[in-house]
Amino acid sequence: MSDWIDIGALGDIPQRGARVVKTPLGCVAVFRTILDEVFALDNACPHKGGPLAEGIVHGSSVTCPLHNWVFSLETGQAQGADDGGVATYPARIDAGRVYLDANFLQMRAAE
Amino acid sequence: MTQKIVVIGAGMASGRVLEHLSDAGADVEVTLFNAEPRGNYNRIMLSPVLSGDKTYDEIVTHDAHWYAERGVTCRFGEKVASVDRGAKTVTAENGDVLPYDKLVFGTGSNPFIIPFPGHDLEGVIAYRDLEDTERMMGLGEGHKAVVIGGGLLGLEAAAGMAARGVDVTVVHIMGHLMERQLDEAAGYLLRKALIDKGITVKCSANSKEILGENGHVKALLLDDGTELPCDLLVMAVGIRPNVALAQDSGLQVGKGIYVDDQMITSDPDVLAVGECVEHDGAIFGLVAPLYDQAKVAAQTLMGAKATFVQKELSTKLKVTGCDLFSAGDFADGEGREDIVFRDPARGVYKRLVIEDNRIIGAVFYGDTADSNWFFGMIRDKTDISDMRETLIFGPAFQGSAPLDPMAAVAALPPDAEICGCNGICKGTIVEAITGGASDLGAVRATTKASASCGTCTGLVEQLLAVTMGDEFESKQAGICGCTDLTHEEVRRLIKSQELKSMAAVHQELGWKTSCGCHVCRPAINYYLLADWPVEYQDDPQSRFINERKHANIQKDGTFSVVPRMWGGMTTPNELRAIADAAEKYDVPTVHVTGGQRIDLLGVRGEDLPAMWADLNRAGLVSGHAYAKGLRTVKTCVGTDHCRFGTQDSTGLGIKLEKKLWGSWSPHKVKLAVSGCPRNCAEATCKDIGVVCVDSGYQIGVGGAAGMDLKETQRLADVASEQEAIDLATAFMQLYRENAKYLDRPYKWIAKVGLDWVKERIVDDLDERQALIERFELSQSIYQKDPWAEHVAEQANAYQPIADFKLEAAE
Ligand code: SRM
Ligand SMILES: Cc1cc2nc3c(=O)[nH]c(=O)nc-3n(C[C@H](O)[C@H](O)[C@H](O)COP(=O)(O)OP(=O)(O)OC[C@H]3O[C@@H](n4cnc5c(N)ncnc54)[C@H](O)[C@@H]3O)c2cc1C
Ligand code: SF4
Ligand code: FES
Repeated sequence: MSDWIDIGALGDIPQRGARVVKTPLGCVAVFRTILDEVFALDNACPHKGGPLAEGIVHGSSVTCPLHNWVFSLETGQAQGADDGGVATYPARIDAGRVYLDANFLQMRAAE
Repeated sequence: MTQKIVVIGAGMASGRVLEHLSDAGADVEVTLFNAEPRGNYNRIMLSPVLSGDKTYDEIVTHDAHWYAERGVTCRFGEKVASVDRGAKTVTAENGDVLPYDKLVFGTGSNPFIIPFPGHDLEGVIAYRDLEDTERMMGLGEGHKAVVIGGGLLGLEAAAGMAARGVDVTVVHIMGHLMERQLDEAAGYLLRKALIDKGITVKCSANSKEILGENGHVKALLLDDGTELPCDLLVMAVGIRPNVALAQDSGLQVGKGIYVDDQMITSDPDVLAVGECVEHDGAIFGLVAPLYDQAKVAAQTLMGAKATFVQKELSTKLKVTGCDLFSAGDFADGEGREDIVFRDPARGVYKRLVIEDNRIIGAVFYGDTADSNWFFGMIRDKTDISDMRETLIFGPAFQGSAPLDPMAAVAALPPDAEICGCNGICKGTIVEAITGGASDLGAVRATTKASASCGTCTGLVEQLLAVTMGDEFESKQAGICGCTDLTHEEVRRLIKSQELKSMAAVHQELGWKTSCGCHVCRPAINYYLLADWPVEYQDDPQSRFINERKHANIQKDGTFSVVPRMWGGMTTPNELRAIADAAEKYDVPTVHVTGGQRIDLLGVRGEDLPAMWADLNRAGLVSGHAYAKGLRTVKTCVGTDHCRFGTQDSTGLGIKLEKKLWGSWSPHKVKLAVSGCPRNCAEATCKDIGVVCVDSGYQIGVGGAAGMDLKETQRLADVASEQEAIDLATAFMQLYRENAKYLDRPYKWIAKVGLDWVKERIVDDLDERQALIERFELSQSIYQKDPWAEHVAEQANAYQPIADFKLEAAE
């Protein structure tokens, strides 16, 4: 069974927006969609490292702010003609708080 | 031997248990306690009672006669005070002790009351039982009520009271109504219907405090300072399973009373049903699963084996005129596909979410006739691959060959009406096309079809395609994959149909996606705020990062900061503050821009608010170097110092910048004012450029010196400084109101013609004045320093939400 780390209140992430979580190996972006789902992805675009957390969130996708690659929040994969992807981490909401899988730090270390 | 059963709570779930026991002729002796002073009634029909469509008597499910016939001992208006599971007895409030063989909990749930200051005032109620309903019914015409909570219950309460002439305001914390059941588009339609019923709806509204007078509620105070006066405040913000008694009696309890698949609690002689239970992690708030539970519980009591299985649930709202339906999972997702159907004229929205050829979710508004058919397919996980094309049209369309839209148009008879606004039928349009009208514009010009509301544009284009065959190519492309409408069409429709929210645009103009994309959202956000500055609320999440964080993003994810230097003027004090900030925040690059100001490049996102606060203290505000809005106003030193200067070019530049800064526009806007025709400020390649001459001011527009090099065209020569300012302002507003998003003024002028612009702002003084007034109205809202605002209100949003850097890496 996995443990979950409370990273903050859902209300602290705007709908169709994101906040970042800092880790020793770079930032993880935690997104919130219009339907109040949360997704955690590596914050660095595979193209040229664009900060995905700053992109426009639409449906369950985000558009990289630097050159408009579009990524699925669920799989981390680039959509359409672009090729590439970022790692995703389990995230969930409970009673208005956002949790990441406690193992995500290790998962990052293992990559 | 006759089983002694004690039932705690005469609710909808336990009522069903008793019915099943009675139908099966079970050998039982039942004592039924109920805290409410009455027996079982159909709680969900309280809303029709409230609105006056039904009376209480009509919703009673079990009357005194029913209980008497079945030998049920009724103890209504009496609570069970405690349970002794060891002795297998319950104790009533009056001290009576009753033995049981089996005990059934059906205690339902308690409405949740948010403990705002003032929540205990008289006149603050929930919506759960007949007493609450009667309080609302007693309010009467002309009184005011506030409902907190825009979910199912809150809206039924609001609609019921409104039907009785009460002035009702609904305050909802989320961005759209019933967000758990509806997506944004359906939420928008629902809101519109409620507003039509005279209900005021406030979304994204945070309640702060309930204000009272002499112990009675007087108003609700929102955190933005709005006060909503009310005589009654109904809180409908959710329910919590009523588990206190079960907990006291030592039963295992989580969110609800734990039960297994047979509805047995942690004590084999105690069962529980209804909203008070927790089964396999889930709690319940709708009657369908409770009825299933009741069936199982009755079987268990009779010693038979039955199993409770959780099933898909669907929701409808019992408000007359608001037909909505939602079921399943309607979140967007990888591998999921939406089928969206919108009929703006009828206010219909239907959305199906498909995964692996199965419908997994559905949201309908306005036409729910086929909802049961769809719900059945969700439950049965029906494979829909064969009917995909026509699925959304419902059962009536299945079984026949799928209809190709072109074939459908071709098959229409000549007298079929295409354009409802202008009453134009197919024959007229085809005649115009064969007579030479070869594109949409020409059809519009000759027949008027699609020239009003524009919703038939698609049909007209199909007619062009069908009639002309390969010769026709749809010339105008839609904004993006979300719509076939062009920017110009959308702008026109936003104005003519008075669309004032993103959801309104998506619904009324038939958007094909649920919430737009990164291409259309920034454009629509701009159109809405430009056309409805007062009504529309700017949506930062629909803006590109630069405009969301008020700084230019750099290739390494850092930002650049450019403070405004009015007319290119600065002071030692400002320069010192900039230098200090550069040092304090380790700015790697300080560059003098081509726009007469200083750019600090490479600032960390987290440092922005602190840096802005420092710059603000020296009087420096955002230079909007990142904005589709007013950027710089370059000036030369003019009459102040230059031997050739004819007018105060620096002063005019500063006045123009002070007037226009902070306004958003379709693309960036740059100005310059030169003091003489030598033109040192390069005014002849700016969006608006003023060249001062002895006789006054030459005003040029539509210049640029970026990807295209454009010289300004002369708009007018004027004698006074005030006229120059007025013309520049009116031009700015005309551009703001009419241009396509991301068209610089020169591109826009090329489309509408300079004469069209001149007619409006040079020749027509009334129009000029009206434009200036509309600009000023917009500025009264948007002319504010975003840096100061963000420092004060959302500095936190610039920080990571959590930081695990300090924890040792493995
Ligand atoms: C900072 C600056 C260069 C400099 O160091 O001098 C600059 C920097 C950028 N320019 Fe510029 N432009 C700068 C003056 C200019 C000028 C000269 C001027 O304004 O006098 C021009 C030509 C004049 C004009 O606009 O017509 C200019 C024409 C452009 C264009 C082409 C616009 C066009 O319509 O063709 C772009 C692209 C765009 O806006 O889409 C652009 C876009 C950009 C962007 C915003 C690119 C981007 O999206 O990241 C650069 C941002 C850098 C940053 O992070 O701060 N920049 N850019 C100048 C800032 C002026 C200011 O104080 O605000
Ligand atoms: C206005 C309204 C509209 C609704 N509309 C719908 C709808 O459209 N569709 C839908 O599916 N659902 C709807 N619901 C929800 C539905 O009514 C509930 O899910 C259902 O009533 C729950 O049944 P229950 O038997 O668990 O609890 P209840 O019906 O609440 O019954 C519990 C009873 O137990 C009594 N009790 C509690 N503690 C004790 C005690 N210690 N001793 C004695 N008695 C006790 C309570 O007084 C109460 O009468 C609506 C609810 C409301 C309030
Ligand atoms: S000229 Fe090109 S590279 Fe230089 S600042 Fe402008 S946009 Fe950037
Ligand atoms: S860095 Fe993300 S698209 Fe280029």
